[in-house]
Order: sequence, then C-alpha cells, then structure tokens
Amino acid sequence: MAVDLTASLGSLQLSAPTLTASGCAAAGKELAQFGDVSTLGAVVTKSIMMAPRSGRATPRMAETPSGMLNSIGLQGPGIESFLENDLAWLRANNVTTIVSIAGNNVDEFGELARILAKVDGVDGLEVNISCPNVESRGQVFACNPISAAQVIETVRSVWHSDAPVLAKLSPDVTDIVEIAHSVVEAGVDGVSMINTLLGMVIDVDQMKPMLGGRTGGLSGPAIRPVAVRAIYQVHAALPHLPILGMGGIRTGHDALEFIAAGASAVSIGTVVFGDPGAPWRIANELGQELQSRGYNSLSEVVGLAHQN
Amino acid sequence: MKCVIRSIAPVGNYLHMVLDAPEVDEVAPGHFAAVSVGGIGGGMLLRRAFSIHKSTPGESIEIIFAPHGQGTQWLATQTAGDVIDIIAPLGKPFVLPRKPISCVIVAGGYGAAPMELLARELRSRGCRVDVVLGAATQEKLFGVLDLKGVADSVTVTTDDGTSGVRGRVTDVLPELIQKNNSQAVYACGPMPMLQAVAKVAQDNGAFSQCAVEESMACGIGVCMTCVLPIVGDDGVTRMARSCVDGPVFRGDRVRWDDVHTVPSDAFGAPRLGGH
Ligand SMILES: Cc1cc2nc3c(=O)[nH]c(=O)nc-3n(C[C@H](O)[C@H](O)[C@H](O)COP(=O)(O)OP(=O)(O)OC[C@H]3O[C@@H](n4cnc5c(N)ncnc54)[C@H](O)[C@@H]3O)c2cc1C
Ligand SMILES: Cc1cc2nc3c(=O)[nH]c(=O)nc-3n(C[C@H](O)[C@H](O)[C@H](O)COP(=O)(O)O)c2cc1C
Ligand code: FES
Repeated sequence: MAVDLTASLGSLQLSAPTLTASGCAAAGKELAQFGDVSTLGAVVTKSIMMAPRSGRATPRMAETPSGMLNSIGLQGPGIESFLENDLAWLRANNVTTIVSIAGNNVDEFGELARILAKVDGVDGLEVNISCPNVESRGQVFACNPISAAQVIETVRSVWHSDAPVLAKLSPDVTDIVEIAHSVVEAGVDGVSMINTLLGMVIDVDQMKPMLGGRTGGLSGPAIRPVAVRAIYQVHAALPHLPILGMGGIRTGHDALEFIAAGASAVSIGTVVFGDPGAPWRIANELGQELQSRGYNSLSEVVGLAHQN
Repeated sequence: MKCVIRSIAPVGNYLHMVLDAPEVDEVAPGHFAAVSVGGIGGGMLLRRAFSIHKSTPGESIEIIFAPHGQGTQWLATQTAGDVIDIIAPLGKPFVLPRKPISCVIVAGGYGAAPMELLARELRSRGCRVDVVLGAATQEKLFGVLDLKGVADSVTVTTDDGTSGVRGRVTDVLPELIQKNNSQAVYACGPMPMLQAVAKVAQDNGAFSQCAVEESMACGIGVCMTCVLPIVGDDGVTRMARSCVDGPVFRGDRVRWDDVHTVPSDAFGAPRLGGH
C-alpha cells in the first residue's frame, strides 16, 4: 500500500510533503521545465516587498563546504508586479502558493498583508521576519521577541482569511523557543524554520570579504543539524504548533529527520540550485523511507523522535 | 541528466571533454551547460557553467574547461566511462544576423570555446567572419587551428608575444573592423576584455554581442546570484540575471563600469534614507 504523503500546515492541506523554500525557486515558473509545479506541496515565493528592489552588489554568493553563503538582498519586482505576473502565473497553473513577505518596518508588513488578503490564489502567508528593521538600526525582527510579535500582530490584524500565517524564524538567536512563543502569542498559525545563519568568507588574495554585501546567509546541508535541533526544541515546547521545516534537506532521509523532529512538511532550498528536480525526488524518497520503516502515513511520524 | 564521458584530453592549458548526451537536442552558439561536480553526496552543491563547445544533436556535447578551483579540479580527474550530471542547453545564445553581413569574432582564452560553432553558423548565413583570438600566453589560446578552418581570417594576440601579435585583442580590432567594414562583433572572454571590445565596436559603428561570465549558483534563473546592470529597451537599468536573460547581452546595453555594483539609478536601487 502506498504511504499517505499528504501533509497539513494548520488549515492548509497539502497534496505533497515537499515545498520550495523562499528565495530558492523564484515564483515557481523557472522550475516548470523540471517538473509539474502543481504537484508540489506548495511553492513558497521569494520574499516580496512593497517596492521593486535591486538587491545587493555582486558577488552575491560563495560556495562553502556542503553549503553556500548568499547576500542577494531581497531582489524583487515589488508587490504590484508580483500580483500581475508571478501570482497570476501560479494561479493559472493551479499551484498551491504560499506568499513570503518582507518589510523594512512593521507597517510595510501590514500593508503587504492587507493587499494580499484581498486577492485570490494566496493559500498561505510566510512572514519573513528574518530581515532588518530599518527603523531599529537594522536589527533583524526575528532576533527580538517584541519586534517579531509586533510584525505578526500587525499582519494578523488585517489578515481575515483562513489561509495560515507562518512566521519564518532565524536561528541566529540565543533562544529560538522564546521567539516561537512570542509569535504564537501574537497569533501565528505556524512557523517556518530555519532561515539562513549569518556568515562570512574572506578572499585572502584581495584581503576583503568575498561577498558584495560582506556578510551573507549560510544555507545547505552544512546547517541541517542546526535546523533539526531548532525544530526539535520548538516542537518540544509547542507540540501543537505546525512547523514547516527547512535547512539543508537533500534527500528523503534528511526530510524524515525533520518530520521526526516535529515538522509537518518541509521546504527544499539550496539543494534545488544543484538539482532542480529535488523537491519531487525528495517527496518520492520520503515515501520510500516511510514505507521501508512500515509507516502508513507521513502524519503519524510528525514529532515521533520526541517519544524516545 | 546523466552523461557518460566519452573522452577527456588536454588542449594547451585546457581540457576538452566529450560527453554522451542523447537527451540534448539543438544547441545554439552561446548556450551553456551546468555540470555537477564532486559526486553524489559530496560537499560541492553548485554546478559549474561551461560554454558548449560543440554538439551533435541527440548524441553528444563537448566542453572546454580550465582546472581552476575545487570543482573544476575534480572534473579534471574524471576519466572516460565516468558518469557526470549536466543540465543543457541553458541561457540565451548569440543573436545571429538575418543578412549576410561582415562579422568579427573576438575571444579571450577559453572564451573561444563556443566560437567555432558560431563561426560555422555565421558562414552558413553567408557572413564574412574574421576572428581575433587572444590570451596571456600561447598555452592559453584555444581553437586557433579549428577556427582557421572556418573563418576568413584568424588573428592571434598574446600579452607576452609567445604567439601572434604581442598585445591585446583590442590592439588589432579597430583596424579589422574598418578594413572589412564589419557590422557585428561577437565576443566571449574575461569581463575587462568584453568591456574593451564593446567600446571598440561602438566607436567603430558596429553592434556587439558579448557572452558575459558572472558567478552563478543555480544557472536556471531562481536564485538572483548572477546579476549585472543591463539597460533595457525602455532605457531603464535593471539587475538582470546572466543565466536566463544572458549570458549573451548587447555590448552597448551592459553598464560595464558598474558591473559588481548596483548603480544608484537602477530599478529598485536603494534610495537615500534606505529603501
Ligand atoms: C556562462 C558561462 C560560461 C563559462 N564557460 C566556461 C568555459 O567554457 N570554460 C571554462 O573553463 N570556464 C567557463 N566558465 C567559468 C567557469 O564556470 C568557472 O571557472 C567555474 O565555475 C569555476 O569553478 P571552480 O570549481 O573552479 O571554482 P570554485 O571557486 O570552487 O567555484 C565556486 C563557485 O563559484 C562559481 N564560480 C567561480 N568562478 C566562476 C566564474 N568565473 N564564472 C562562473 N561561476 C564561477 C562556481 O560555479 C561555483 O558555484 C563559464 C562561466 C559562465 C558563467
Ligand atoms: C539564494 C537564497 C535566497 C534566499 N532568499 C530568501 C528569501 O527571500 N526569504 C526567506 O524567507 N528566505 C530566503 N532564503 C532562505 C531559505 O528559504 C531557507 O530558509 C534557507 O536557505 C535554509 O534552507 P536550505 O538550506 O534548504 O536552503 C534564501 C536562501 C538562499 C540560499
Ligand atoms: S545563477 Fe541563479 S539566477 Fe542566475
């Protein structure tokens, strides 16, 4: 008997357990030559902002052992163009869509949520609070329980839709459970974790940081154990909170670790760059991993590692 | 797709790799291939981009590469019969003229890899094709003999004078354009060379098409790593992706002086006081 791989994130039912990770699949269109995007759990779009944004200077990436650093700087077309082009394409192709939003300040998050609440085709909202708050000397929202909660409260107050609101958490904090508690109190339906870890590579020939943005976000299998740990901790503290897990997932076996730690579904990020078919492959592999262990469904395995 | 390596052999400072590629159909000059390195489960996640040197549709493709960093050094250790994973063809190729005009091809080092294919295409359209190949030194030249077999003329330059004219490609280019009344210049090579070539072309009233080389993470347009400032038809500068909007761009549309930066007048550039 085939394993039931359907998953859920709060009220959102997903036909497959693997999603794309924000910033690692644009808005899905480019992946269509590698697989049927409508069969993915969902596409999580690149974080969109109000205004068009050029991003940072290049070089924007450096390969690192089992990972990479990026300093893209949220390059994107702005919400208007996003609705007209990207969201329209996703809707036309019946793609389950979680829109990731990012703001320079609390109000911008609210404004984006207000706009997205009024349009069709948004199946979920991922609030990327792992970006700098221009009004607080660039401190990252997700690193402060108060500003993280402010963003979520503001989004929640204008979000009159059943589609779940997820907060995307940064692992660059002393206590990720504290941040999770504070966004839950502010009204999120779930959390996405983890975002990248801040890193740096230095070019010793030129004696300067290699990336145009100097620092960058570390992603890929190198950060996987950090992600599994963070998810395990948050699930232990908040066992009923839906978690979308990500961070270096490369195989179905990796994905199973995330599910066992407490994730209800997983996003595939950096690995897509080397293997654009990975989100589909990993879903298949996850099915085999579950089957070979005698499980009938994905949902029965969520958080199972906490029982032993 | 998985491809069996048919052969790998040194050519000067480079390696010439021929791959069985039954799934790759038509390849146009300027298309590139993205090659996985390091083996399954290895520590290098990102593909390496190489111009497609030659192809036989439904049979094989060929690349020329320089062992350089970790990934290309690994690739150099592969032997005939080994299997590697590629995605090809990728990118926007050179735009070919509709009329049989006079063209110059300029290439630096392994930038010559796609140029035999291009020269053949241009010749088959009745174009005159003059070629300038440049490199730091003789061992870093590529394709001289092959291009001599296709082009109307081949001029070689080396920085150290070990082959051909001592100097840069741009030292001989203006005269060539003027002599043959060339209307289009096709270029591939290091960015400073492309910048200089684009300027010479413009100063001499010729169009230029430049295949740029920007660091790429995905090669398929999803990551926004490979951007450079390009002026659009509407006159607006955007940070365009070289993997899907390029790698070939009109030379007069690249903001060469601003490559590696975000010009302050670019679409979505940070404004004073933040975004
Ligand atoms: C469109 C295009 C066509 C190219 N054609 C050829 C060719 O025909 N022959 C050839 O020898 N080389 C070519 N290159 C350059 C080649 O991709 C790099 O030399 C190679 O990626 C370096 O990998 P590495 O493992 O040696 O270096 P590493 O430093 O280990 O690479 C680390 C990462 O940076 C990226 N990177 C590093 N340098 C470059 C670079 N110069 N350009 C793009 N990505 C880079 C790699 O893809 C990798 O993801 C081309 C590049 C592009 C963008
Ligand atoms: C190039 C790149 C761009 C990213 N852009 C975003 C983004 O716009 N918004 C966001 O919330 N996360 C972004 N991320 C983080 C990923 O969504 C993901 O959380 C992280 O990379 C860990 O997963 P991975 O190791 O599978 O990539 C980006 C990651 C990469 C590598
Ligand atoms: S390399 Fe990823 S968008 Fe071009």
